[in-house]
Amino acid sequence: MPLPYTETVMEHFRHPRNVGRIEDADAKAVEGSPACGDMVAVYLKVDPKDLRITDIKFESYGCASNIATGSIITEMAKGKTLDEAKRITWKQASETLGGLPPIKVHCSILAVDGLRAAIENYEERHGLVKERKPTTVEFVRKRLKRVMNPMTGLDVVRTKLVKEVEVTDGTVRVVLDLPEDHQFAAAIREDIVEKLEPRWDVERVIVEFTE
Amino acid sequence: MAERIVYLDNAATTRLDERVLEAMRPYFFDVYAVATSQFGYSPGLDARDALDDARTRIAAALGAAPEEFVFTSGSTESSNMALKGVAMALGEKKGKHIIVSKIEDFPVLHSARALEKQGFRVTYLDVDEHGRVDLEQLRDAITPETVLVSVQAANQEIGTLQDVAAIGQICREKGVLFHTDATHSFPRVPLDVREVPVDLVTVTAHLIHGPKGVGGLYVRSHTPLVKWMDGGFQEFNLRAGTENIPGAVGFAKAVELVTPEETARLQEMRDRLIERLLQIPHSRLNGHPTLRLPHNANVSFRFVEGESILLHLDMRGFAVSTGSACFSRSLEASHVILGIGGDHERAHGSVRFTFGRFNRDEDVDTVAQAVAEVVARLREISPLGKE
Repeated sequence: MPLPYTETVMEHFRHPRNVGRIEDADAKAVEGSPACGDMVAVYLKVDPKDLRITDIKFESYGCASNIATGSIITEMAKGKTLDEAKRITWKQASETLGGLPPIKVHCSILAVDGLRAAIENYEERHGLVKERKPTTVEFVRKRLKRVMNPMTGLDVVRTKLVKEVEVTDGTVRVVLDLPEDHQFAAAIREDIVEKLEPRWDVERVIVEFTE
Repeated sequence: MAERIVYLDNAATTRLDERVLEAMRPYFFDVYAVATSQFGYSPGLDARDALDDARTRIAAALGAAPEEFVFTSGSTESSNMALKGVAMALGEKKGKHIIVSKIEDFPVLHSARALEKQGFRVTYLDVDEHGRVDLEQLRDAITPETVLVSVQAANQEIGTLQDVAAIGQICREKGVLFHTDATHSFPRVPLDVREVPVDLVTVTAHLIHGPKGVGGLYVRSHTPLVKWMDGGFQEFNLRAGTENIPGAVGFAKAVELVTPEETARLQEMRDRLIERLLQIPHSRLNGHPTLRLPHNANVSFRFVEGESILLHLDMRGFAVSTGSACFSRSLEASHVILGIGGDHERAHGSVRFTFGRFNRDEDVDTVAQAVAEVVARLREISPLGKE
């Protein structure tokens, strides 16, 4: 029985590229936490003239798919402009790795989030961002597309798990079409809270289940 | 690929002992008849003899009479049978309350949850930092409606042994039935039902180099238990279905082959491994330092994640287990590590090593060395623990 990971994933897991810190980084970001089991730190050096990523490093506390995605995404981003790098999706990363097991997709998304957050961090510091947008129902739905349904490896919006979204006075309420004692209920809830709570105007995230 | 896999996941399952297979063989090819009634044909009588003999020997290892031991398909079935069987027998008559510890293995835990859905109230007992149940909390939790207390003999992950004698004593005083899941301790940690007031005991064969698919439930005489799977009258009319005679014979042989000397050898390996692993910085033992399964070591390493450790060890030829969420089928961190007050990080970084008959003494040193290197390598990659 072969491992559920492709040869490319295992190669990047065994010998991750671009590992470590950049002490005088122009921007950095940390996504995830020890509590959720996966954490990625991304460090950037950016050429201010053409906004090109001249160096990039990452650190990972996580499983094989997290480490491998951190490795591949830093390889993909190196030499690209911030705008180009921002558009790298986890789908592209996962395809470059030859695919990831559905249940592991959420671990790999963190690395993509880390890269985007580091770029946003750079843009904020250098006055490159437009004003902060408020968290709307549309925004929440868009963000929920980054929360995976571990049964399928597709996101919770596409697999129609999200039944209702409400945003009122800093409280986001999400209703999932899933029984509360479902095998993945706790994991999905944690993932949703993690994706929405850091928003500047979100104070509370409530995840409810239908049964 | 390493030439020999150093298998250290003997709490998941074990390699069959050839002597067990040899004992089973005649019951596939020669004496393959069903165990008939005493008025049946002679091959059936031979089959019955073999089944009775296996039953007698396994029951004896528990200090029980043969008619108190029911063969099942394994631990999961045994524990389902105990919890649901007692609940069905006493739910309407006595009350709808059961008590379990919060670190039970899934057969007990999920049977309790299933009963909750049917209107039972379930108390989940807390455990201390080592995983031991608080006896005072147990005493206070028992009410006149309580029909069953189920507390494991030993924990599946951290190996902590419970004081089943004291728990049984409390249940006896309060007039409540007591079930213990001895899946991981039987028969290496002695349990004698003549001394310990326990009414139901779950045991299995495949963790002691016996075959998979056979286990049993000790049922003290006169314990109210409703048969939950309908069918024939086998196993004292408690468990329907054609008897697994090769399995029963194999189980008895596996029990016979476990000796105190062997268990002492496993314990010696366990102690040396724990000592070596705790020399790694930022490591800590999970479970009780002394009151633990003789073959179980469970250690958490900070700043690194278990699945990564496991995969690196696999590439070096070692098979271990982890309580990390990434490794579990539900993506949830180990309820045992969280239950003993550990945080998610401690669960994610926990690694379980369990020894068995086919481990060699030198396995301790080679795995300890490999773990030290893998943990150091992963910590270089980790953003945590650098300052």
